[in-house]
Amino acid sequence: MELLSGADMVVRSLADEGVEYIYGYPGGALLHVYDAIFRQKAVTHILVRHEQAATHMADGYARATGKPGVALVTSGPGATNTITGIATAYLDSIPMVVISGQVPSGFIGTDMFQEVDMVGISRPIVKHSFLVKKAEDIPEVIRKAFHIAQTGRPGPVVVDIPKDITDLSKKYEYHYPDKVKIRSYNPPAKGHNGQIRKAVDLLMKARRPVIYAGGGVILGHASELLIELARKLNVPVTNTLNGLGGFPGSDRQFVGMLGMHGSYCANKTMHHSDLILAIGARFDDRVTNNTEKFCPDAKIIHIDIDPASISKTVTADIPIVGPVDTVLENMLRQLSETTDSQDDAALAEWWTSIDSWREKGLFPYEKGDGNILKPQQVIESLYQVTQGDAFVTSDVGQHQMFAAQYYRFNKPNRWISSGGLGTMGFGLPAAMGIKLSFPEEQVACVTGEGSIQMNIQELSTCLQYDLHLKVININNQALGMVRQWQDMQYDSRYSHSYMESLPDFVKLAESYGHVGIRVTRPEELLPAMEEAFSLKDRLVFMDIQVDPNEHVYPMQIKDGNMCDLWLSKTERT
Amino acid sequence: MRRIISVLVENEPGALSRIVGLFSQRNYNIETLTVAPTEDETLSRLTVTTSGNPQVIEQITKQLNKLIDVVKLVDLTEGHHVERELMLIKVRASGPLRAEVKRTADIFRGQIVDVTSTVYTIQLTGTQDKLDGFIESIGQAQVLEVVRSGITGIARGEKVLSL
Repeated sequence: MELLSGADMVVRSLADEGVEYIYGYPGGALLHVYDAIFRQKAVTHILVRHEQAATHMADGYARATGKPGVALVTSGPGATNTITGIATAYLDSIPMVVISGQVPSGFIGTDMFQEVDMVGISRPIVKHSFLVKKAEDIPEVIRKAFHIAQTGRPGPVVVDIPKDITDLSKKYEYHYPDKVKIRSYNPPAKGHNGQIRKAVDLLMKARRPVIYAGGGVILGHASELLIELARKLNVPVTNTLNGLGGFPGSDRQFVGMLGMHGSYCANKTMHHSDLILAIGARFDDRVTNNTEKFCPDAKIIHIDIDPASISKTVTADIPIVGPVDTVLENMLRQLSETTDSQDDAALAEWWTSIDSWREKGLFPYEKGDGNILKPQQVIESLYQVTQGDAFVTSDVGQHQMFAAQYYRFNKPNRWISSGGLGTMGFGLPAAMGIKLSFPEEQVACVTGEGSIQMNIQELSTCLQYDLHLKVININNQALGMVRQWQDMQYDSRYSHSYMESLPDFVKLAESYGHVGIRVTRPEELLPAMEEAFSLKDRLVFMDIQVDPNEHVYPMQIKDGNMCDLWLSKTERT
Repeated sequence: MRRIISVLVENEPGALSRIVGLFSQRNYNIETLTVAPTEDETLSRLTVTTSGNPQVIEQITKQLNKLIDVVKLVDLTEGHHVERELMLIKVRASGPLRAEVKRTADIFRGQIVDVTSTVYTIQLTGTQDKLDGFIESIGQAQVLEVVRSGITGIARGEKVLSL
């Protein structure tokens, strides 16, 4: 058997796990591990400029590929800088393994230089964490970390490794386990047959059914099955923010995203339904509005791999715990065997109502007088130029909602956005993680002048690794979503919601060695967008000046039901 | 409604902090908490009493079950069970009170485990109500110090919580 040091075991274990990239930043507690990285070629290390970006890169990679992303950071500030990225992954159930260095075992608890209790600090935002006690344990701990991160409801796992355990002078027998058994961790493999039968009965009887599908469909690789089910039942489908792409965005049965900034049609469809089939979604407050008034006539079937997500905020009539793919397979089989038939007349009437709710289109907006660019036009132009086939990441705010509303995602894993935590600064590093793994694909980061500045230093990483993504900076010179709320609820008192002294983003991009393009007029937009995407071997930073007074609509009215909406600045339901 | 949840957890460092942290993180209540290793040295058994409406209790058990270190749990209050708490109580016992304290301790089947000329230290086991009742009977004014273990419990009959 091969003898390896702890540091070499860390890197070899990652290679044996099939890891292609690790995103990281070296430091004292990790120097042994970085030496081991230097002496091998199986795993490629990407040096970021800030550890938060390492976790978001890992996250973007995970969301686009479905495989766990890996970040490697040193102790103390290196570890604490990952916290936002870990929380981002936790809230959206993204598989990730974060390996952090730690001070030597004997010094833990002495407030040594760059010591922080990483297992403690990360505890509420990880699926699990490990503090490695012996070098011999490294392969098994890493195998367990990957197993936990990517099975069941996925999530981030922290592995904290004290420096003495990676000592290069001490060698141990290395064996990477194929399988691990954790007696207290057995995620469900399939849903309960009887529950699925009850669900099928309800689906056949429903007069106004709707499918409400979330990020779990994408994480659970069940997009094809969802499409098959929706076709078979001829029911409308709505997606959550994180579920976009799980069902084709330009499909006739798609009624748009639902929730706070969801379409009038999706929210009306939900509110008036008599049966909701929730798949891998969690009845988040940004979806339900006031839960007391939520969909009063609807019975609820809820499929989720995490039992704790079921009946957490809204009580399910038929809970089904299990992986969405196997549950949907079972459901489709039972549907094909059932002798019941649907009420076609009721369904036809239901579709007539739905079609009337989307008469004006899913997301109508005022196009303006042609002198000022509307942010919505930027996304429409991006959709047109990329033919709806790009990976699109976003930051957080108005631009995120516009991207979700106007870019119609027809495939899963293409829309990459921090939905749960709402992390500004996520978009650029996430796009980097994707571009690295999909160098031939179009990758766009839709952002704003507020969010982009939260991780703008990564433009330097992009230059180093030839990450030729496109930054679509929708620049309204204000923290748009904050400003929108201040307009609507605080009589337009703009407390700290505008960005004074913005940089010249074109020059900034150029100084990082990239191409900067400024767009100020509507007629410049499309040619500039085409130019940006024609420059395949350059990162292009598009600084697009848009109407600072635009709001995102529809917008649910606080404490109302799902379809109590502002439709424009002056019009409400 | 008060619930007693018994949890088998891996006897690993940090396991207890994950459980306690979960309660504070999700705004659940801990009224009492006891924990000790079991006859299987790889497992600890933890008993927590909490309160909340049925939805909250359901979430608590589901969230606890999600923790990787939690092997198994049972809500003892869902079935017939025995519950006990241990109390050590230091009571002023001088003059005419001395005999009265002894008598009260006997009635509650307490044992006097330490004696000085002015103080009795009494050991008492029972349900929470019984221990509360004892303190009331003795009278707050006479009580010098109280320490209670928190509730522990076990299901009646054949039902067992084990691997």
